[in-house]
Amino acid sequence: MICLLLPGLHHLRRLRAVRSAEGAILPMVDRPAQLIACHDCDLLQRDIPLNPGCTASCRRCGAVLYRNATDSVDRTLAYTLAAGMLFLGANLFPVFSIQVQGDRSAITLFGAVLSLWEQGMKSISLLVFITAIFVPALELLSLTYLLLPIRLGLVPPGYSRFMRTLQFIEPWGMVEVLMLGMLVSLVKLTNNFKVIPGMALWSFGVLTLLLAAAAASFSARDVWERLDPRSRGETKP
Amino acid sequence: MKGTTSAAARGLCSCHVCRLVSRKSRFSEPAHCPRCGATLHFRKPGSLQRCWALVIASYILYIPANTLVMMETGSLLTYRRDTIVSGVAHLWKTGSWLIAVIVFIASVAIPLLKLFSLTLLLFSVQRRSASRPRQRTRLYRMVELVGRWSMLDIYVVTLLAALVQLGSMATVKAGPAAVAFGSVVVLTMFATMEFDPRLIWDPLQKEEFHD
Repeated sequence: MICLLLPGLHHLRRLRAVRSAEGAILPMVDRPAQLIACHDCDLLQRDIPLNPGCTASCRRCGAVLYRNATDSVDRTLAYTLAAGMLFLGANLFPVFSIQVQGDRSAITLFGAVLSLWEQGMKSISLLVFITAIFVPALELLSLTYLLLPIRLGLVPPGYSRFMRTLQFIEPWGMVEVLMLGMLVSLVKLTNNFKVIPGMALWSFGVLTLLLAAAAASFSARDVWERLDPRSRGETKP
Repeated sequence: MKGTTSAAARGLCSCHVCRLVSRKSRFSEPAHCPRCGATLHFRKPGSLQRCWALVIASYILYIPANTLVMMETGSLLTYRRDTIVSGVAHLWKTGSWLIAVIVFIASVAIPLLKLFSLTLLLFSVQRRSASRPRQRTRLYRMVELVGRWSMLDIYVVTLLAALVQLGSMATVKAGPAAVAFGSVVVLTMFATMEFDPRLIWDPLQKEEFHD
């Protein structure tokens, strides 16, 4: 369901329900409605409280402005931790192996990166390493670093730098594309070889789903608002 | 459209990192976001120039990406040198038509559509066109969404070249086209990031914001 925003500039005082640390819904009076500028068309709008699961989209261009993601921190943290464990499995075990007349050859993802480096395709090897291993790992680590302290009621030091990094690297994590690439390679290989799928293939399959779930439940807007020193009653130096 | 005001027209600027809206004078010193400390800009600086440069570079690299050899496959009986398109054709002929369609979409259709769409968007913004801004914004969002899938062929080549190293029995090698194609994918992704979709809507305001 999409709630359309009303245009307007004056700050209205609104009654807003927020969830306390114990999970009870507390009405928060005197929170002025905030101004939002659409990131795709710059239309100035006022935010409104949303029902859980609702999405606010821009009145003019239809871009998604923000969501009321239910239990955003808890869910994202759970998906992230699970994804972290699968990420280890996905990188430690072979993706698949082939057998030709007793000759057997197996590779892990990192092994493939190394092998390409040794074959002289250094730029491609680096590109694969960054998009398939480094960025997903950094994403999972940053999310854990940010969300675990928030869950415990603490403020992670240097959080704005991590949020910025997360935003910058997000388009470069391509685990889902890699997953499709593995399936295409698998089909190509079965034409000529006996192929044995490895543990990492299954791990990557589940990892793709978990990363998508984490991305869907993460709300950067919530994190910024929770950690905003001005709303926490502190002043920034 | 009635009753629509862009933030920039009101002297308000949305932070590109945390999206907080704050006031910024149009001619003042560089301002910083009061919440996250990022430098504030009304629009991405140098958006059109950078985007054009990256798009033109991608067009140039697109030529070697399609004319050079992407993958060499050798075995006891056969030896093949495939470009991207001949690779797809070979997959189609050998009966893997579903894989052929997937690879065609990811390696041929998406990069071309992406380059044409970005060119169209850049031309329309430079001509300060006010027609169909909603459709053009949707086109931009689509380019942003599908761009990453072009990496498919790079991953396939990497996996095959690493795995199939059985000496005289069977060998797969990545060709020079892989480097050119990888560069096209990376450059077009940067071009998409540099393009500022808010420029599509600015002609509707009859004012210019370049910072």
